[in-house]
Amino acid sequence: MRVTLKVWRQEGPTTAGRFDTHQLDDISAEMSFLEMLDVLNERLITAGEEPVAFDSDCREGICGTCGLMINGRAHGPAKATATCQLHMRKFRDGDEIVIEPWRAAAFPVVRDLVVDRAPLDAVIEAGGYISADTGGAPDGNLIPVPKAVADAAMDAAACIGCGACVAACPNGAGQLFTSAKLQHLNLLPQGQAQRLDRTVDMVETMEAFFGSCTNYGECQEACPKEISIDFIAYMNRDYVKAKMRNRKLVGQRFP
Amino acid sequence: MTATQQAPDQPIRSLPAAGPAVKGLTPNIDVPAVQKRPRRPAPWPLDLYQTAVGKKWVMAVSGAGLMLFLFAHMIGNLKLFLSAAELDEYSAALRELLYPILPNTVFLWIMRAGLIAFFAIHMHAAYSLTVMNHRARPTKYSKRDYIAANWANRTMRYSGVIIFAFLLIHLANLTWGWQFLDNDQWVFGQVYNNVTTSLSQWWLAGIYIIGQLALAPHLFHGSWSLFQSLGINSPRLNPLRKGFAYAFTAIIVIPNLSFPIAVVTGAVR
Repeated sequence: MRVTLKVWRQEGPTTAGRFDTHQLDDISAEMSFLEMLDVLNERLITAGEEPVAFDSDCREGICGTCGLMINGRAHGPAKATATCQLHMRKFRDGDEIVIEPWRAAAFPVVRDLVVDRAPLDAVIEAGGYISADTGGAPDGNLIPVPKAVADAAMDAAACIGCGACVAACPNGAGQLFTSAKLQHLNLLPQGQAQRLDRTVDMVETMEAFFGSCTNYGECQEACPKEISIDFIAYMNRDYVKAKMRNRKLVGQRFP
Repeated sequence: MTATQQAPDQPIRSLPAAGPAVKGLTPNIDVPAVQKRPRRPAPWPLDLYQTAVGKKWVMAVSGAGLMLFLFAHMIGNLKLFLSAAELDEYSAALRELLYPILPNTVFLWIMRAGLIAFFAIHMHAAYSLTVMNHRARPTKYSKRDYIAANWANRTMRYSGVIIFAFLLIHLANLTWGWQFLDNDQWVFGQVYNNVTTSLSQWWLAGIYIIGQLALAPHLFHGSWSLFQSLGINSPRLNPLRKGFAYAFTAIIVIPNLSFPIAVVTGAVR
């Protein structure tokens, strides 16, 4: 395969960036997108130039480290696929491929295609946990959880925190990430005790760094784990509930 | 591979530090906050409006209120097709709502106050969220391929501004009777006469049609997305939300378009 790459190059956070164009003539359609970039970098190193910096780790779509804006789509043209699981067979011979880093105020560019996603960690630190005594492992199925609830919580927990939702959102909003990280706890019995506090803390931390939701639905299309914007609605409901409810009564029964 | 060692010494941007900056994972990178957190939370329930999720909730509630108004307004307008006496009697009855209990026009003014409040708060929330969103996304992509975003939701800001401009012209034309619209035959209380004489001017009818055409996408996106903002979401309900949005938009906009068209073509005179 023959592809022309327009790659974003930026020396550091404060310097202005630019696009560099590279031509690769002998790319195999079986290569993953990141392997294709590896080939590019080997060429650049051989030629004595600076290789393109990009993030990757597991390369099997489960760690959330990789993430590139490819031809104007977060993680590229394939649905439900992280950048590392995208293969060159999704492109045609002779294609021009534009590669940009995630763009959001919350994700400053470190170098080239690498961004710093620290605000996602700040959201998790604000409440993405349950406080529970550790000790002997409880018996399995001790706490009954309806199947539909367990499935929904698992769907939310599939979030790998890659930041594609923020990158795809025209408002740079972190709502899909935050709602997934909230709801995989808020839906389950173990998460009920801290449900309202967690929701307020995580939402308000999110709002310090990210934009607000206008219901475009771009995030759910970009998500490599196909997390639904339904979770954003659940988050909104829980947040307003947290503002309205008499917290003394939350321990009784909380639908 | 990464450039951890080569990051420069100064923080990345000198945006006004709006709130707590987060220490980036990479040395020497701070991510500044985009939204200022209030130093002291406002008393309940105003504290809800200090957050973006709360503002969206308020936008949805006020939008739903304005949708109810639009529906009632459209139903009342249909009297145009009955007779002049019917329409004039309807408008007089609006002033006399709850008459024996309250003095004339008092209830009308209560409803008007609610409408003005809904409009004001809807627009303020839209403005402040837009400012926040621009701050959260200062750099555009050189190439962007939208998948889900459509024309209706990407033009909400612009259609909203057009609707507001139309609203002012509409009030000047039929409520205040301003002469600059060639309203020389405007008479207080003679609604049928005022509508037919003013909207028989093709350019004014055109403004009405443009206003309604801007309302259509705004109403479509709003009447779908208010469910998300209010957190009304269930597997049984979700398949109906888009259908409701299409149906509600059609129920409002098609009759509203028929009024200026009927007058300007002479079907109603």
